[in-house]
Amino acid sequence: MGSIVEVNGPLVTIRQDNIRNGEQVRLGKLGLVGEVISLHQDTALVQVYESTESLRPGENVIGLGKQLSVELGPGMLGQIFDGVQRPLNRILEMSGEQIARGLEVPSLDREKTWHFVPADKLAVGQQVCGGEILGTVQETETIQHRILVPPNTCGDIVEHACEGDYKIEDIIASVRNKNDQIEHLKMYHDWPVRTPRPYHSRTHSAMPLLTGQRILDTFFPLLKGGKAAVPGPFGAGKTMVQQQIARWANADIVLYVGCGERGNELVDILETFPELTDPHSGRSLMERTFLVANTSNMPVVAREASIYVGVTMAEYYRDQGYDVVMVADSTSRWAEALREVAGRLGQMPVEEGYPAYLASRLAAFYERAGNVNTMAKQSSGSVTLIGAVSPPGGDFSEPVTSHTKEIIRTFWALSKPLADARHYPAVSWTESFSDYQDRAQSWWAENVDHKWAKHRQYALSLLTQADELERIVNLVGPEALSSSQRWVLETASILKEGLLQQSALDEIDSYCSPAKQFKMMDIMLRFHETGKELIKLGAPVEQLAQLPENGKIRRIKSVFTNDQLSDMENFAEELFEHLDCMRAEYAGAKEVQA
Amino acid sequence: MRQVEYKQVTSARGSLLFLKGGNNAALGERVAIRDKDGQIRNGQVIRTSEDMVLVQVFESTANLDLENTWIRYLDQPFELPLSPDMLGRNFNGIGKPRDNRPPIVSSLVRNVNGAPINPSARAYPKEFIQTGVSSIDGLNSLVRGQKLPVFSASGLPHNRLAAQIVRQAKLPDDSSNFVIVFAAMGVSHSDAHFFETEFESSGVLRNVVMFTNLANDPPMERLILPRTALTAAEYLAYDLDHHVLVVITDMTNYAEALREIATEKGDVPSRKGYPGYLYSDLAEIYERAGRVKDRHGSITMIPILSMPSDDITHPIPDLTGYITEGQIVLSRELHSKSVYPPVNVPPSLSRLMKDGVGKEFTREDHPHVASQLYASYTRALEARNLASIIGAEELSGRDRRFLEFADAFENRFIMQGEDTERNIIETLDLAWELLSLLPPESLSRVSEAEIQKYHSWDETR
Repeated sequence: MGSIVEVNGPLVTIRQDNIRNGEQVRLGKLGLVGEVISLHQDTALVQVYESTESLRPGENVIGLGKQLSVELGPGMLGQIFDGVQRPLNRILEMSGEQIARGLEVPSLDREKTWHFVPADKLAVGQQVCGGEILGTVQETETIQHRILVPPNTCGDIVEHACEGDYKIEDIIASVRNKNDQIEHLKMYHDWPVRTPRPYHSRTHSAMPLLTGQRILDTFFPLLKGGKAAVPGPFGAGKTMVQQQIARWANADIVLYVGCGERGNELVDILETFPELTDPHSGRSLMERTFLVANTSNMPVVAREASIYVGVTMAEYYRDQGYDVVMVADSTSRWAEALREVAGRLGQMPVEEGYPAYLASRLAAFYERAGNVNTMAKQSSGSVTLIGAVSPPGGDFSEPVTSHTKEIIRTFWALSKPLADARHYPAVSWTESFSDYQDRAQSWWAENVDHKWAKHRQYALSLLTQADELERIVNLVGPEALSSSQRWVLETASILKEGLLQQSALDEIDSYCSPAKQFKMMDIMLRFHETGKELIKLGAPVEQLAQLPENGKIRRIKSVFTNDQLSDMENFAEELFEHLDCMRAEYAGAKEVQA
Repeated sequence: MRQVEYKQVTSARGSLLFLKGGNNAALGERVAIRDKDGQIRNGQVIRTSEDMVLVQVFESTANLDLENTWIRYLDQPFELPLSPDMLGRNFNGIGKPRDNRPPIVSSLVRNVNGAPINPSARAYPKEFIQTGVSSIDGLNSLVRGQKLPVFSASGLPHNRLAAQIVRQAKLPDDSSNFVIVFAAMGVSHSDAHFFETEFESSGVLRNVVMFTNLANDPPMERLILPRTALTAAEYLAYDLDHHVLVVITDMTNYAEALREIATEKGDVPSRKGYPGYLYSDLAEIYERAGRVKDRHGSITMIPILSMPSDDITHPIPDLTGYITEGQIVLSRELHSKSVYPPVNVPPSLSRLMKDGVGKEFTREDHPHVASQLYASYTRALEARNLASIIGAEELSGRDRRFLEFADAFENRFIMQGEDTERNIIETLDLAWELLSLLPPESLSRVSEAEIQKYHSWDETR
């Protein structure tokens, strides 16, 4: 048994023989848990996941002999865990509303029974290896949990459980490995969080991750297995964007990691998700969702761990053949946790106090996203990573944002001026980008409309043109613009208000199906084209701008539901009939003049 | 408590004492420091090892020498005695009376650092608080259990606004008053006096607990003061079932004290010399606001901070904005136009408003009206901008209407007297009166039905 030498905030120096780097230890009378981060002669440095208040030099230290690991098995969905995968509901029962220290809680419920159905081919004498499916349990109504052979296990089955109810500690199979030892397999296994889980091979899918948000899906698409970042200053609506993705994404499993953010935001999810319906499965959203919460007032070292804990759990569902989305809010707080520990270690700061390894850690984390063929080659799954970034002062050139920007492929930049005008989601169409658009294009062409790519390009060019024209107006006034230029401004304003703005609180508009997204864009661009012709024929822009259609077109998003596209079509027909009449009038007038 | 006193000081600098010989002091342990005159000072262990202890002294180390300074370890963390008698009293940062009355004696003591609230124990804040101020109620509603800071700057009337909120805040259908915990750090004597007289004249003094640290009191005490105050607030809210409104001023002084001490300790600075842990440290304070399931009481927090050189991207307002649930930003421009309260509408925000307003709490049109006012005012500011370049005469008829709307919005909606209290219905009706200056087709955030019901557009006007 070792002893504590020094206590300095979350860092504790211990004297302990035979301890390994990365090993977990329990400290002092309270039994606080920490992780060895460096060794020096006979002492080791430990970062502690809990507050070290009242810890004294001389107190005992016990090495736990394993690295920071998570338990992977049925019972994770619908749960909320802390940064080191302790279930917060159990902690609430044990210690009341404030989190006590040194609690020993198993991550997964030991008492709950699950109905286990063995896989067809499960038989004595059969060889099974890492990643293969031993059987299934129905974890929630929608999600079938596939019990996997732990990655590093391989051997012949000597005994296995029949169909029936089991607790997760029960042995469901025993295998004889090549060293002739018997390994007992349960419904769960441990995996160290800092080691990516193995897979057979990477694949490249072209399946977009649909979020029902027009600015994201149509303009800056993300693919399943992709990596995206949402940077934005405070108040720009990062959390709302992240929550909307968690709500509506067409993934099988959604994991929301609240890393150093507000407690109330997690409560919001916990309270609203059970009541919301997943548009893809028709079931309660909470059945496919789980959370990791290290709020801003919880210990900073556990914040650093929470990201890895989250991504390891995401990989585990990927290995079962599911498409998983992990939303991390916010990676900046994770980077700050790194900085805080580095600062206390006296490591040389490079940019804004961040350690030199910031970029490589970020890259390694995002690299855990991807589409894979699972280890046992029986299926494929994906992990999509979406990280919020909170740049100080909204300055995108700061280290975390700039490093992240180099790693990710979809960048949803949030803009303060848009948010100030309550233009939500405040995703800037000039600063955002997506490298996946070419691959997304084929999906949209096949499933929605082959004009998608063209329309998208056209709408974006109108928006950028309008930005340019507005600069001119601000210098010399609107009189300097030609009629057709003023019509571009008008259309851009329709696109912004009618298409890009989307209310998360509006029941109809909160989720917009791909077909509706395209239809809306189509109507608006057609409106623009028709208006352009009318202007050529001599119709004044003011008259067009004051047409009642102008207001109606901005409201279609919240008038027609995703199932009422034919009504929307009828509405559009009426609208364009009216405009055609106008066109005929003007054309007639022009002929008379001629 | 250990009876032994140790004489082991090896160096004294600023507010820090270095002691040799570890004596196995616990981190965060409280110590009593006796100087050569027999005066006792308070300190706290901030770093401890087998052969060295670092102590932070709340009253500074001025006048201490290395020879005649004795240390006694008290074997306990910083704790605050709690009792209902705290109401109506005034304390310093470590809970000692400032009002020449006896100290609080109670068997109930709590560690001032608290412990993080389990997120799954929180209840989501939803109940609308009516502050009687249109620019807050109408546009950035405060709800019970929210933390909504006021971002101000030197010379702006944030104290008057805070006092007005304290005076008027109530639930629309509930007459029970809030209990106030007032925490002042590094404030001037006149500011402290302003609040004292305010509380006295409005008759709420009996429901106020004050914690005061003046500008010439030791900065070290500012670090513990908000924690002490919030420990008292938690006691009032969760033990005594009160709804507590915590007003903290001025968080900038707090953060500066933190920087001062961090520099003394030799912590690696990040932005503008503030330590890297400023975010976590501020969060420990702000996150103590909230509601807890199955408890009647609640803690609503209004921290006031002054933005150094009016810069909202300065680390203090910036990090605060990332933690709190919105912000009320004050504007120097409106203040110079004599608009009170000078609430700068575009950057102000209340994140919890979405669930606290509407049919169930205020009126069904409230969320749409707020969004419409924002959109129209932003549009109007653009028109005003344009007018300043090309002249108001050159504007189109539509833009001129917006210009008119901007003036009316500032002078009638935002502006209201310090003693004017508008209930939420009055605020919403006023909003529709102003929106009626604009043609209906320019209002895309409100529904057609709401336009029918509330909008009184007069084409000929």
